Amino acid sequence: MSEADPAGTAAGNGAAAEAMVDVRGVSRTFHRGRTPVPVLRDLSLRMEKGEFLALMGPSGSGKSTLLNLIAGLDRPTGGEVIVGGSAIHRLSERKLAGWRARNVGFVFQFSNLLGALSAERNVAVPLLLTSFSARERRRRVDIALEIVGLSARGKHRPRELSGGEQQRVGIARALVNDPALLVCDEPTGDLDRTTSAEILDLLVALNRDHGKTILMVTHDPVAAERASRTLHLEDGRLAECGHDGTIEVPVHEPAGAAV
Amino acid sequence: MRLGSFIRQCQAVTRYNLETIWERRAVSVVAIFGIAGVVGVMVAVLSMAAGFRAVVTGQARDDVAVVLRSGATGASDSILNHQDIQVLWEAPGVARGPDGPLVSPELFVIIDRKKIGAGTDANVPLRGVEAAGFALREQFEIVEGRNFEPGRNEVIVGDGAAGAFEGLQVGDRIDVGRASWEVVGRFTTGGGVAESEIWTDNRILQQMYQRGNSWNVALVRLRDAEAFEGFEAALTDDPRVSLGAQRQTTHMAAQSEPIEVFISVVGWIIVVMMSAGAVFAALNTMYAAVSSRSREIATLRALGFSRLPVVVSVMIESLVFGLIGAAAGGAASWFLFDGFRAATINWASFSQVAFAFQVTPELLVQGTTLALVIGAIGGFLPAVGAARRSVVGALREQ
Repeated sequence: MSEADPAGTAAGNGAAAEAMVDVRGVSRTFHRGRTPVPVLRDLSLRMEKGEFLALMGPSGSGKSTLLNLIAGLDRPTGGEVIVGGSAIHRLSERKLAGWRARNVGFVFQFSNLLGALSAERNVAVPLLLTSFSARERRRRVDIALEIVGLSARGKHRPRELSGGEQQRVGIARALVNDPALLVCDEPTGDLDRTTSAEILDLLVALNRDHGKTILMVTHDPVAAERASRTLHLEDGRLAECGHDGTIEVPVHEPAGAAV
Repeated sequence: MRLGSFIRQCQAVTRYNLETIWERRAVSVVAIFGIAGVVGVMVAVLSMAAGFRAVVTGQARDDVAVVLRSGATGASDSILNHQDIQVLWEAPGVARGPDGPLVSPELFVIIDRKKIGAGTDANVPLRGVEAAGFALREQFEIVEGRNFEPGRNEVIVGDGAAGAFEGLQVGDRIDVGRASWEVVGRFTTGGGVAESEIWTDNRILQQMYQRGNSWNVALVRLRDAEAFEGFEAALTDDPRVSLGAQRQTTHMAAQSEPIEVFISVVGWIIVVMMSAGAVFAALNTMYAAVSSRSREIATLRALGFSRLPVVVSVMIESLVFGLIGAAAGGAASWFLFDGFRAATINWASFSQVAFAFQVTPELLVQGTTLALVIGAIGGFLPAVGAARRSVVGALREQ
């Protein structure tokens, strides 16, 4: 990570030569007692490197389930999940944890900062999983906080920060290991309209200026508009959305077809 | 997982857990108090046994033999006659002082005295001694008044007895039967059971109790500890007498054992019951601690932290509670009980022994070990539960 390009190699929205995410025929079934509850069935999805994809859909449609599968937080009942060239559905839990630490930045709805730690120590948490020197960790934390515009607030604890600032710290934490993929689960779901817009501006800048591939789950059509592409998930099927919110093209019909 | 990464993860999660203890202080204090209570009671009860043991066995020596009638278990059921003592004078391995062999025949009777504070009657040993008895007890010292004069109805009182029983101060008189004895001095022997006794002249005591020329026990100083085997064999092989000899250390350890075992067993029963309560308190605390941080733990795991550091960190937190509880309980029992004076009956002699509770380093180590065991048990299930929790499910919690 260089000083000039601290979050990674710059690549704009157009860089789409190689798939960052390749989900093939994935299904995920939960169990309520003994009753199987299928949430995703034979679903496929392809995201190119440098893409900013918004995933919409009604509650319970499986948006977060799909995001969790792609982020390596959950395992599919069937099918394949290949992210950055790694078939992560085959990884053991221990290896999957290591893979997440190196390859995925998480942005949560409620920022999920550790309340007892200052902003800069929160940002540094993922670096504890690396072998970087203390000096290098310090440098990366400084850069990440600079990117999100919170260099002056590093010593503050989460409760001393506004909701938007907390979310910015969460984004700095997601960036600090320089992952290629950012997964954002309702990143503006807990914020007011103005603050949401600021967070979305930041995500767009990370995608445009730092080449981060971003997968964002959202209920908010305004948020989805900021992405380069929006998919709608309902009844286990993905459909491409226009920016006016209309569902234009079924993107997964029949099984095995990839977007 | 590489060791370096594992250690860093453990450090990070543990540090975070410990930094947030203050925010969870109310529930944490419950666990710490529970553990402190167990450790405090354990250390206090066992310090009683330790104090008793120290008094009974503290001044015992390997080069002193205790001689009783063969088959007797203590002074109260033993009788020695003049011939027995003569055999002891001539026995091999016996050390000699300026006045002859260091053999101290002693008469041992029990008198009633009231316990200070309780007001109840208690058995106090009254021992008849003579010159060799003082020579044998090198640390004997009069700390108040003077020694008794042979041939007079005078007694001296051990420091422990003077503090534990009524009417044993210098100047007091002790009326036993038709006899009246004056307390003329108070003595110490550098600790030991002798300080719980009253001493007088052997001859006077024999007359008062119509014992003729007999005693109950003889203490014999040997040239060295190795001389004991030869001394004992000589007594056993001598057809003129029927005597048994034990090293003083062995004899006194056997004397202290019954009460020591009793105190320890009762103490441990109490401790085990309290420990069960403390384990539940620790479990409750750690479940609450883990529950309040389930989303944070899930966040760490989402970021790439493994299960094991989570387990280790929760266990460490619980063990820290154990250590704090051990320190609090140990300190409380030390402040409250170390040196606390008490007297209890020595079942081996049916007489009272005054002693002070002793909070020893060994007891504090035992207390700390117990606290860590409680902490480990209390932390294990919550730790495993935290690690097994679904990351996705915990992240959804608000």
